Amino acid sequence: MPSIEARGLRKAFGTTIALDGVDLRVEEGRILGLIGPNGAGKTTALNAILGLTQYQGELKVLGRDPWTERERLMRDVCFVADVAVLPRWIRVSQALDYVAGVHPRFDRAKAEGFLAKTNIGSASKVRELSKGMVAQLHLALVMAIDARLLVLDEPTLGLDILYRKQFYDSLLNDYFDRSRTIVVTTHQVEEIQDVLTDVMFINRGRIVLQCSMEEFESRYLEVMVHPEQVAAARALKPIHERQVLGRSILLFDRVDRQQLATLGEVRTPSIADLFVAVLGNQSSATQGAAR
Amino acid sequence: MSIPSNAMPEAIDSQRMAPPVLSANRPLYWSIRRELWENRSIYIAPLAVAGVGLLGFLIGLMGFSHSKHAQAAPDAAHQQVTLAMPYAHAAWVLLLTGFLVGIFYSLDALHGERRDRSILFWKSLPVSDLTTVLAKASIPLVVLPLVVFGVTVILHLVMLVSDAAVQVMKGGSVATLWSPSPLFQMELVLLYGLTVMALWHAPLYAWLLLVSGWARRATFLWAVLPFLAISIFERIAFRTSYFGSLLKDRLIGFAANALSFHTPDGVPIDPHFIPLAQLTPGKFLSTPGLWVGLVVAAGLLAAAVRLRRYREPI
Repeated sequence: MPSIEARGLRKAFGTTIALDGVDLRVEEGRILGLIGPNGAGKTTALNAILGLTQYQGELKVLGRDPWTERERLMRDVCFVADVAVLPRWIRVSQALDYVAGVHPRFDRAKAEGFLAKTNIGSASKVRELSKGMVAQLHLALVMAIDARLLVLDEPTLGLDILYRKQFYDSLLNDYFDRSRTIVVTTHQVEEIQDVLTDVMFINRGRIVLQCSMEEFESRYLEVMVHPEQVAAARALKPIHERQVLGRSILLFDRVDRQQLATLGEVRTPSIADLFVAVLGNQSSATQGAAR
Repeated sequence: MSIPSNAMPEAIDSQRMAPPVLSANRPLYWSIRRELWENRSIYIAPLAVAGVGLLGFLIGLMGFSHSKHAQAAPDAAHQQVTLAMPYAHAAWVLLLTGFLVGIFYSLDALHGERRDRSILFWKSLPVSDLTTVLAKASIPLVVLPLVVFGVTVILHLVMLVSDAAVQVMKGGSVATLWSPSPLFQMELVLLYGLTVMALWHAPLYAWLLLVSGWARRATFLWAVLPFLAISIFERIAFRTSYFGSLLKDRLIGFAANALSFHTPDGVPIDPHFIPLAQLTPGKFLSTPGLWVGLVVAAGLLAAAVRLRRYREPI
């Protein structure tokens, strides 16, 4: 059974179409990165998956309808929507008490174990903690819940690079196993490239690319072309071309690696570069929004 | 408005559907606990008011003894009333405090969690909107009346003991003090009054909760202005004030229905000391206004539950 399955998912706010017929399938044990510019429909898609908003079309999360079976679903699904949604008045010990009191799958000892590795005292109030510490606290609470699906919507927004790195490291090392599924959206695409197993680009409410990272690495190649071979390289129909320090970098889809190696240095492109290429090719897409 | 019975189906439901571990989870209980963590004014305000009241009482004791004052009363009934006076005043002020705290709590209850975006955190946990709204409604309807009752009883006891201590120090007789028996009666009347008020005011709190879940800002204005507008409209258009008297009845009408201010012989009762015999629970329970109010409250709360499903952070 896939963790998430959507067919023809639609959602409109007045005349603005946030989701325009999204088809989506996320298997169990995957880490999916949902990448898109602001206003592409990422958060709307996640809200539909979490039963926070109504939608048209078919959607099943862990085999349930998220809108009508939300309470039941929330025992198996966890989410971090943005940073700083922990109430500022709550004490760390109260947050632990509360989650332990209402969540059947919360392991308090585990959460306390995570917190012991940080500088967060159990008597502190959230308002006294730095933004990075609040994110650590939220992650500790979430990781101590034995959920089957974890949804992260910009979980590291506004955090410095050290906390961001730490966040994804503990997520991978202490939380993720093959029976869980994680869906994450972020603008810091480069930082999660090694974390993901799947990537999905969304723009204007539509999915414009969906592939596993293995497929990504075998399909897309980037070549820093020797100046004298630019014309030959262009003949192979790159999907994107950019100039860096006077050198042309061409991005190819499904072109033989051996063949490309004769033209210059071949490497796997970053998700961000592919994102710019894919969205840049869409006539009216805004370039560079991935950053 | 019976909170525990409304909460029952969910409790049974979770036991039936879930593995045994789940029975340890008490979402309603913990949701009420978190309201008390967040809104400490629920118990701090009555305690502070009680503290100020006690200080005033003690200063009064230093100056003159209302026991002596009572001895000057013409008969036993008047003496009783004079003795009861400071105790009644203390209880009234605490009743009013509880009412005000309930009003302001309800106006913010479903607004605050949207304002600080924490609604996204609460919604990430398996607690239903029904449980959340019931927990919030139980604060003005159950928790605050109990807090006010507890604080008042403690305050009364401290007053009684300090009164006795001052009398003994002054070499007076403890016999002239107010005896514990009418005090006990007063506490029973207070408990009755708190229950009656909570039931009568239920639609008021439910309305405020609904507005707090609906309005984006200025919850107080949204809660109050519609009523003001309707009153003024009626006054200008029809030169009547039925709506106004309806509101007045909803605010203070419980007293006339739940208590009798005259003895069977038609002798007026001093409101400072209401004997148990003056309580008219039968009349109160048969007042249509009570039941209409409770139905309206249930409807408003149901609307607040539905609204919370769709609401996003402001």
